[in-house]
Amino acid sequence: MEVSQPDSITATPAKLLVENVSKRFTSSRATVQALDNVSLTVAEGEFVCLIGPSGCGKSTLLDIMAGLTMPDSGRVLADGKLVQGPGRQRLVMFQESALFPWLDAFGNVMFGLKLRPDLTHAERRDIADHFLHLVGLEKFKRAHVHELSGGMKQRVALARALAPDPQVLLMDEPFAALDALTRDQLYDDIQRIWMESRKTIIFVTHNVREAVCLGDRVVLMSPSPGRISEIFEIKLSRPRDINSPDLAGYTSKVAAALKGTLKGAVFE
Amino acid sequence: MKRTAVALLFFAVLIGLWELAVRSGRWSIVLLPSPIFVGEYIWSALLDGTLLESTWVTLKRLLVGYAAGVLVGLPLGLLTSTSRVFEDTIGALALGFQTLPSVCWVPLALVWFGQTEGAMLFVVVMGTVWSVILATDHGARNIPPIYARAARTMGSEGFHKWTRVILPASLPFLVSGMKQGWAFAWRSLMAAEIYVTILTGFGLGHLLHYGRELNAMEQVIGIMIVIVVIGLLVDRLLFSPWERFLHRRWGTNVKEA
Repeated sequence: MEVSQPDSITATPAKLLVENVSKRFTSSRATVQALDNVSLTVAEGEFVCLIGPSGCGKSTLLDIMAGLTMPDSGRVLADGKLVQGPGRQRLVMFQESALFPWLDAFGNVMFGLKLRPDLTHAERRDIADHFLHLVGLEKFKRAHVHELSGGMKQRVALARALAPDPQVLLMDEPFAALDALTRDQLYDDIQRIWMESRKTIIFVTHNVREAVCLGDRVVLMSPSPGRISEIFEIKLSRPRDINSPDLAGYTSKVAAALKGTLKGAVFE
Repeated sequence: MKRTAVALLFFAVLIGLWELAVRSGRWSIVLLPSPIFVGEYIWSALLDGTLLESTWVTLKRLLVGYAAGVLVGLPLGLLTSTSRVFEDTIGALALGFQTLPSVCWVPLALVWFGQTEGAMLFVVVMGTVWSVILATDHGARNIPPIYARAARTMGSEGFHKWTRVILPASLPFLVSGMKQGWAFAWRSLMAAEIYVTILTGFGLGHLLHYGRELNAMEQVIGIMIVIVVIGLLVDRLLFSPWERFLHRRWGTNVKEA
């Protein structure tokens, strides 16, 4: 239940190691301490959910892990190497699909693959087909982005993120904009894909049930300044059903703690 | 079908009114020739080849000048959209020169290049390049930032990012800028052809100019009509494939920038 300080010289190196990361945003009107001395260790193949009220810095932390944002102090190590910019070992999936409208579904999945010089063109096509099949959209290979529903767009985005075979998948509230039915379906899919591929996944959300359903660990963050306030281990068997009563115990515990962070924010 | 019929009827009425005005006898037929005369002129100029030849000469100049304007303007517009230094220098210059009517370049072009093809090209490029810079700048600024972020995480950087992400992402905005650039190029060239008299090629602007010198109003009006029709046709040929592509891919009508 306490924030464990990682021992960086242990035998199994962490997949992702966040060490004492701080980040401050300054605008003309105010300074926001988005992250204050945050440390987190993520093991290989782990599914970690970051949860917290808005302004707790969870998306900033994800951006820093992705290398899209640089921390003011502290550092992030991926496989023991310092993260200095975005890299295709750590792909990001955003809340909006961010699919490119000038390409069709297949073209979007191919985009990242074409940036891998180690593959032949035929291999790239096979991989793209494979991942479109994996997310159940092989029939929509040639569909234009605007022809896809919200859920289908996020499936293509997932295929696009998985295709270049990243070690780590960073997901920033990827299902937040979808309707409940589509979301439930995607919880099953993402768990199935995760169990098959054994990627390391960091998943940002503000939905407690979602976090408990998906995460091996749920990392609760509190705002102003952004800190990790508690880490919950979710010891439930997989695959988990979002509507299963087994989740309830964990959900109420996390939800209560989340409420606590909100109170704290008000008093500060 | 109905829309075509309405349009045809409108133009028929317009020409009818014109013919009525001529027949009223209030104006000299030297100043206001009958539409029939104008039609006869266009027909004969078409048959003896002068019209096709002049059109070809004009279009060649136009396409070369327009292409040069786009080739120069596109990268400059991308630069001004990303770098503050370029925005404050080239961007300001483009904004200023875009307000300058392109015919104002003609005196300078004549002094610098004389009565040459170079002078023509100069005027067309100057008429085109600034609006292309501004349109490209506008387009690149309006790209949703999430595209660039997504591309970066997949390892797209530098030249790849510009050609595979920024440029296609700004297409909906670019196309209207390119159309505007096209209209400017067409205007500039007509100004240049009317003022720059050269022997290396007799364009539509020259036909217009000599029509006036000879007091041949049916020629002046006839060529004006031809210029309008060519402007419309090329606009369609050049831009409608683009617009169809955008419509198909973005699922929208082309955004007006």
